[in-house]
Order: sequence, then structure tokens, then C-alpha cells
Amino acid sequence: MTNSATGPLLDVRDLTVTFTRRGGPDTRAVDGVSFQVSPGQTLGLVGESGSGKSVTSLAVMGLLPRRSVSVEGHVYFDGDDLLTLPRDRMRDIRGRDMAMVFQDPMTSLNPVVPIGVQVTEVFERHQDMTGEAARKAAAELLDRVGIPDPGRRLKEYPHQLSGGMRQRALIAMALACRPRVLIADEPTTALDVTIQAQILELLKDLVQDTGAALIMITHDLGVVAGLCDTVHVMYAGRVVESAGRRELFAEPRHPYTGGLLASVPRLDAPRGAPLQPIPGSPTDVLSWPDGCAFAPRCPNRIDACTGAPPPLEAIGGRTLRCVNPLPTAEEVPA
Amino acid sequence: MTEAPAEQGRRRRSIDPTDALLTVDDLQVHFPIRRGILVERQVGAVKAVDGVDLTIPRGSTVGLVGESGCGKSTFGRALLRLVEPTGGSVHFDGTDLLALDDEQMRRMRRQMQMVFQDPMASLDPRQDVESVLTEPLRAHRIEGDHRARARELLDLVGLPATALSRYPHEFSGGQRQRIGIARAIALEPQLIVADEPVSALDVSIQAQVVNLLEELQDRLGLTYLVIAHDLAVVRHIADVVAVMYLGGLVEQAASDELYAAPLHPYTKALMSAVPIPDPEVEDTRQRILLAGDLPSPAAPPPGCRFHTRCPFRQETRCDDERPQLRSVATRPPSHRVACHWAEDIDAGRIQPRASAVVEPDAS
Amino acid sequence: MSLSQVEAATESDQLEPGGANLRRAAWRRLRRDPVALVGFALIAMFVLVAILAPLIAPYGPRDQPGAGLITPTTIPGPSAEHWFGLDEQGRDELSRIIYGARQSLLVGVVAMLLGMAGGLVLGMLAGAFGRWVDTVVMRIVDVMLSIPGLLMAIAIAAVLGQSLTSVMIAIAVINVPIFARLLRGQMLSQRESDYVLAARSLGVRHRSIVLSHVLPNSMSPVIVQATLTLATAIIEAAALSFLGLGGADPSVPEWGRMLASTQLYLASAPHLALFPGLAIVIAALGFTLVGERLREALDPKYRR
Repeated sequence: MTNSATGPLLDVRDLTVTFTRRGGPDTRAVDGVSFQVSPGQTLGLVGESGSGKSVTSLAVMGLLPRRSVSVEGHVYFDGDDLLTLPRDRMRDIRGRDMAMVFQDPMTSLNPVVPIGVQVTEVFERHQDMTGEAARKAAAELLDRVGIPDPGRRLKEYPHQLSGGMRQRALIAMALACRPRVLIADEPTTALDVTIQAQILELLKDLVQDTGAALIMITHDLGVVAGLCDTVHVMYAGRVVESAGRRELFAEPRHPYTGGLLASVPRLDAPRGAPLQPIPGSPTDVLSWPDGCAFAPRCPNRIDACTGAPPPLEAIGGRTLRCVNPLPTAEEVPA
Repeated sequence: MTEAPAEQGRRRRSIDPTDALLTVDDLQVHFPIRRGILVERQVGAVKAVDGVDLTIPRGSTVGLVGESGCGKSTFGRALLRLVEPTGGSVHFDGTDLLALDDEQMRRMRRQMQMVFQDPMASLDPRQDVESVLTEPLRAHRIEGDHRARARELLDLVGLPATALSRYPHEFSGGQRQRIGIARAIALEPQLIVADEPVSALDVSIQAQVVNLLEELQDRLGLTYLVIAHDLAVVRHIADVVAVMYLGGLVEQAASDELYAAPLHPYTKALMSAVPIPDPEVEDTRQRILLAGDLPSPAAPPPGCRFHTRCPFRQETRCDDERPQLRSVATRPPSHRVACHWAEDIDAGRIQPRASAVVEPDAS
Repeated sequence: MSLSQVEAATESDQLEPGGANLRRAAWRRLRRDPVALVGFALIAMFVLVAILAPLIAPYGPRDQPGAGLITPTTIPGPSAEHWFGLDEQGRDELSRIIYGARQSLLVGVVAMLLGMAGGLVLGMLAGAFGRWVDTVVMRIVDVMLSIPGLLMAIAIAAVLGQSLTSVMIAIAVINVPIFARLLRGQMLSQRESDYVLAARSLGVRHRSIVLSHVLPNSMSPVIVQATLTLATAIIEAAALSFLGLGGADPSVPEWGRMLASTQLYLASAPHLALFPGLAIVIAALGFTLVGERLREALDPKYRR
């Protein structure tokens, strides 16, 4: 059990993931990332490609390949450091206490096994249910996630379901054992926007019902704005800003966060002025040890940014990794 | 690459809505479904595009939005005859495209080009950039210094001349899309059909490419048809927006008008589904959720194609009478909608089913 | 990144800056692959042995240095004098194996090239023209594939008469459908890709699209298949000569025939079966290893 009733359920400290390659330099996909999440809370990990957000979640779940990958740091769950657990214990935790929903439902589901079997498999593995009991539980679960006519769907194959249905089935599989932590890695990116709205509503409901903690990984700030309690913005493997969602959107301090918000056209804002993109591309990075990785693209760049990596500082309820952040409302000169 | 300083206010372009560059009438693209052991017979058809009228005025940007399976990509390709239409007509600058033979059509292609969604897949991995850009020039036997023209094109899209000798895989997604755009303008076309031009790109790069497209339009006098599922991007870039569902248009209006006052239930649902990066708005907005999935285009529902999922569906007319695009008394005539009950819905006399509406959280 | 992308990232190479060709990148990867290196070494050994045979073989292929040592019950095995022993006619086995490499290499390469040429022509016809041309060509290919390869090779070689040429033709013929189907499949799938659509939308002529775009992008699996076919051609050549087809002169060393002629002596002189068999396996293995690794190296999944 957790140490204290109000302590975090999942406590990630200084997580670092390094990929090694034969005959090439190592890549640090995740570099000293820390965050906590409590039951019933939703945490958003936001970033673009190369930010390390997906690798972070894979590391937490223990799903990274063993070869050529080194994972350091601590992932405390229920008093244990998941990174030190033996594989069979990790397998127990995965699926039962922690579950993951992936981006592409087609490749995450076994195409030659009917949906029903894939769901009942979870029950059989973690809750020792068999036969009729497992099937009944599976049908109920499919119903809960909004798949109509679940009895019939149990016998269908993944390709017979639409993208939205498949994603619901995946969510069903993830929730089968009422996990305490659910990680959703871009679960709606491959789906149409109306289906996305359905799935996000579903996730919201389920999290409320089960009291699970949800980690939402996405690049879509709109999704985060509607769903998450706290938001961590990642860039090139490090967290550059984190705050409660209202604070982050009302007043982004890191130039990258500000740049993202300014470059996205909004449905409810007046059209007209050209968009304000972030110049360069996510591949224009400086290595963190040499300075701020965002410096090559940063409109707020000063000399100090390219000398040494900016430290992560806690400022009034949020954390910020920037030596020349965007001004707050009070600081803007009149 | 340096960005031009941001300009304030709208881009000033004068567009004459009666000067149509492209006119599409009742376009149909039906793909036959064949079955049979020794001899294949046609047993049905996937009606990807089922009767679409569209006019694109010279110099304007028309946006076509819809979700996957609505047929918008097929429509874009059918316009350029990359997919053969099975019915209807397409007139480009007065010329009936469907009446042209292969060689005539090939030559006509100089006037209309396409920008594709996936910049990696639409570039031959074995072709270096110079070859990519000069291939259209060679195909149409255009005279002049091809390499100089290639350099010029790179400059227009903001890429350095050193890119000429490189291969597609050496570039980032955004840069590859720029190469694709450079290729599309190589022949100085009048019309560019952009099929999801930014959806495969990172968010921070999307804005760059959108700006580039707008800049090129101003500089070169291009006309755009932008096909996308991202409503916010389309709203920003387009003058007129058409909404497509299951092979047909359900609503069409000037960009501001559509987003301010959507009339069709599908458009309303679509708009309410788009996430907005503002917690205040997200918490207080009312959402209209659609039930179920898109019906199969091989077997579209009778009557109004949307009626099976419509939160405003009525007892009469919806399931047996297919609505035509028409204007509505309380809205400008250019705002057209294909719904029998549009006026009643707009006035609030018809409400959506309670199960389809998600109220904002109490917190 | 998805899980599969993570896995690919840990195995694939960094992007090279500067105009690097994809083939060159694959080559670089191959050079570092230990399995491929072993394959290259075996191939090199095989080819060198074949080319330098007169220089390295201690005796001629027809010399009978040990004729006097042969008795009905004893055929001397490996010794200091004759590393691979003697054959049933007193000839030095090592020299015969070395000279046999020439035969195998010749037949293997020629048969593979002929088969590839024939298969590519058919495959290109089917892939470039499509529709009824495709149907006709593919039905022909289907018929060819429905007959067991070796049986067909035997039939062809038997009809054409006992000679090396007939063996080469026979093996070429049974490999034609493999290449044809491979190239045609590749071309058809490349034709559906976006860059072909882009070329069409630019107004590039159909012939240019096929020759400059579709064909070059379809060649990678063909190259892989060529190395693998070399391996099987060596084995098939040995099989045919084992059965008595092939060159008429039994004193010309050929590994398959050497195997055949040892059937009577297996119990008393197993070395006569061991060395030709090993030679066949090693030669084929070299090409197989390289071919398999080449396939992985050229696989687009591992490229970015």
C-alpha cells in the first residue's frame, strides 16, 4: 500500500533512457524526467516528435527492449521501484495495476485473434477467471466502453471493427482489471475528431468512476486543455515546463510552450493574422549538456542559453527550465 | 531560414466569386465491387463521391473538410483525373476535362498540381532534390536552365540551394513538404489541390507550412483547394469552406460564416468536437457527440446520408428524402446547407437528443 | 514513437548527412554485420578457389597419383600426402574438389543470370502493362510454378541432352517464374505509391514513370533473390549431375557427380561423400548468408 493516503500513486524521479547503437553515439531519449500523479488525477505529457514523451511511458511500463537500452532513475509505484523489479513481478503489475493504451489500435491488436479472446485473456491472466465467467465479464466491459451489441462483437476480428471501436476495445482491455494507473499514448491521434471526442469523454468517465490515475500523452494542446489537471511540456527529452492546466494556458512561461500555443490556429479566435510558427524544426537541437536544447529556435534566446543547461526551477506552483522565460502579466511593461 | 515579420490584419486579396477557375457539376466516383470465381461481375459500388457540386473562384482558397471515409481525398484526385470520375463534369477555365484524351490531359496537368499529405511517400527515395524539381520541366519539355529554375523554386519555399544534391530521407518532415510544394509550383500552375498538406507534420511546423502556402498564393496568384480534416487550419486558410460527409456536401459557406453559425447537424458536431487549447472554453462548452460509426460508402443510408447518426433527426423526411444543398432565409445566400430542418434547428425549435449532448462539468 | 519505432531506433543507423545513397547506407550496414562477413568470406573463398584452381590444386583433376593404392576393399582416406584422401580411381580428392568449384561456380552464375534475365523480362511486361498482359504472363508463371522445380529441371535437361549447357538452361528455366513474380509484385505495389501518383499528376509520361521510378525502386528484393538463387542453383546443379545429367565426361570433376559415384563406397570410404557434400553446403551457405543479410539491410523498415 502507499506510504501515505495523500502521497502520489506513481512517483517518477530522474528517469533517464539512453539508446546505444553499434558504432554510433548514444542517444538520450529521456533525460532526468520527474513527475508524480495521484489517484483520480490526470497528468498530461505534451511534446512533439523527438520530445521523448512516448519513450517515457514505455520506460515506466517496463516495455522498452532490454538490448541496447539503458534505463536509470526511479519509478516508485506502491512503495516499489519498478525499475528494480524482476520481470515476472513487473508482468504482474502490468495489466493488473498499470495499463497502457497505444496510438494505433490496428497494430496493437492481434489481427488473427477475435476481440473477445483478447479481452478475456486479460481476465484469465490477472484474475484467474475462465470460460463463461470471463466471457461475461468481457461482454460487460465492452458494453461499458460503449461498443454496441457486445455479445456479437466478442467473436469479431479487429479488422471488422472501425477505428473508434478498436480503440474502445483497447481501452476495455486496459481497464479489464481496474488498474490504478492508466497510460494513454496518443490514443486518439489516429482517429477522426468526432470519434476522438467520444473517446476522450469515455476516458474522462472511466477515470472518474474507477478513481484511476491517467497519464495522457499527446501533442494536441486542445486535448490537454480539456482533460488534464497538470501538464508537463517536454522538449528533447527533458521537461521544460510543468504547471496546472489553467496556469499553463493562461500564462505560459517557457518560450516553447508559448510558441506552441501561438502557432496553433484556434477555432474560436478571429482569423486573419498569419500564424506565428516556431522557426526551425524539432531536429534543430542543441545537446542539453551544452545549453538549452530549444535555444536554436528560441525567440527569447540570450547568451546564457548556449553556455550551460538551464536548471529546472520551481516557481510558485509550477516548474520551469528557462533562464529567460516569457514575462508574466505583471512583468509586461506598460 | 528567417520568417517574414508577422503582418497585422487580414491578407488583402480581391476575389471575384463569379470568375470560376474550376467548376464541378454532380461529380461521381463510384468504385465497382466485383465478385466471381472465373468471371467477375459487378455486385455493387463504393460511392466514394456521390454527386458533388463545387465552384472554385480564381485566386481564392476553398477548403474541403470532412472525416476519414467522406471521400474528400478521392474528390481531390478525381478533379485532376488521377482517379477517373464515373459521372458528372469538371470544367477547368472553360475546358471540359473529362472530354480530353490521355495526351491532352497530360498537357493540361501543367495548369493544376497536387500537394500530397505524406511528404516521405510522395517523393521517390532514389531521386535527389534537383531531379525532383526538374522532372516536371523535362516531362513538359520546358526550355531554359533547369538547374537555375530549381534553385529559384527552392528559394521560393525557403530551402537552401545545397538541398539540390540531397535525397529526401535527409530532410525533416517540414522540409520534405516544402520540396513537395516546390515541385508543385515548378510548372507555374493555376490551381493547386493540397490534400492534407500539414496533417503529417509536427504542430510547430504546421504553422510554417501554412504561412508558406499563403505567401505563395499571394506571390504567384494561385488558386487553392485545401482538403483537410483539421478544421482550425482550414478555417484559417480558406475563404470558402465546404463540409463533406459520406460522398456528398452537407454545408458550404464563407469561412467566417460557417464557423460562426454552422447550420448542419454534422457541422455542429464536428465543430464541437474540435479541442480548443483553452481550459476555460473546454470546461464550459457544450458538446454534441455523434453516436456510432460512419456507415459504409458501399451502402449509404437512404434519404439523408447523415440521418442514422443525427442528433436532430426528425420522424419525417429524414430517412427517405435526400436533402439538396440550398440556401436558408436567415443566412446569406452563399451559405448553403443540405438539411430539411435547417431553419428549425437554427431557430432552436428543434433540439438535439439529450443523449447526444454533453454538458460542461460542474467543477 | 510507438513500440515498433523504438525497436527500430535501437537497431538502425543514424542518418548520414551529405548526399548518401540508400544503397551505400545498406552496404555500410552490411560491412559491419558479422553474419554477412562470414558469408562474404565463404563466397570469397569459393570464388578464389575456382579461379585459382590450377595454381592451388596439388594435382590435375585427372591425375591418378594413388592408382596403385586402390583395392576393392580399401580406398585411402585423408592423409598427410592427400589431405582429402583418394577417390575410387586413385585421384586426389582435394584437387578434384578444387576443380569442381569451377564447374559449380560457372553453372551457378550462368544459370542464375539466365533465369534472372528471363524472369525480369516477364515480370516487367506484367508489371508495366498490367491488365491482360499481366494476366497472361502470370498464368504462364503459375503453370511453371506448379511443376516441382527439380522435376522440371530433370525433364528439360534430359530432353536437351546430357551436357553442361542443358543443365544451365534447365536451372535457369525453373528460376524464371520466381524472378518474374517477384519483380511483378514489387512493381505493382510501387505503382500504388504516392510518388508515382505525384509523377502522374506532374504529367510525366507513363514510360518514364515505369523506367525511372517504378523499376529502380523494385530492384532491391530482386538483388536479394539473385544471391539466394545462386545458392540454390549450386545445389540444383549438383543434384542434376548427381542424377547423371550434366557433362558427359565422368572424369571432369563435379561435386554432384562425385557424390553420386560414391554410393557404392559409403561404408568403407565415407570421406568420398563428406567432402563434396561439405563443399556444396559451404558454397551455398556463403551466398545464403549474404542474401539474407542483404534483405534485412535493404528493408525499408530499417531505413528512416
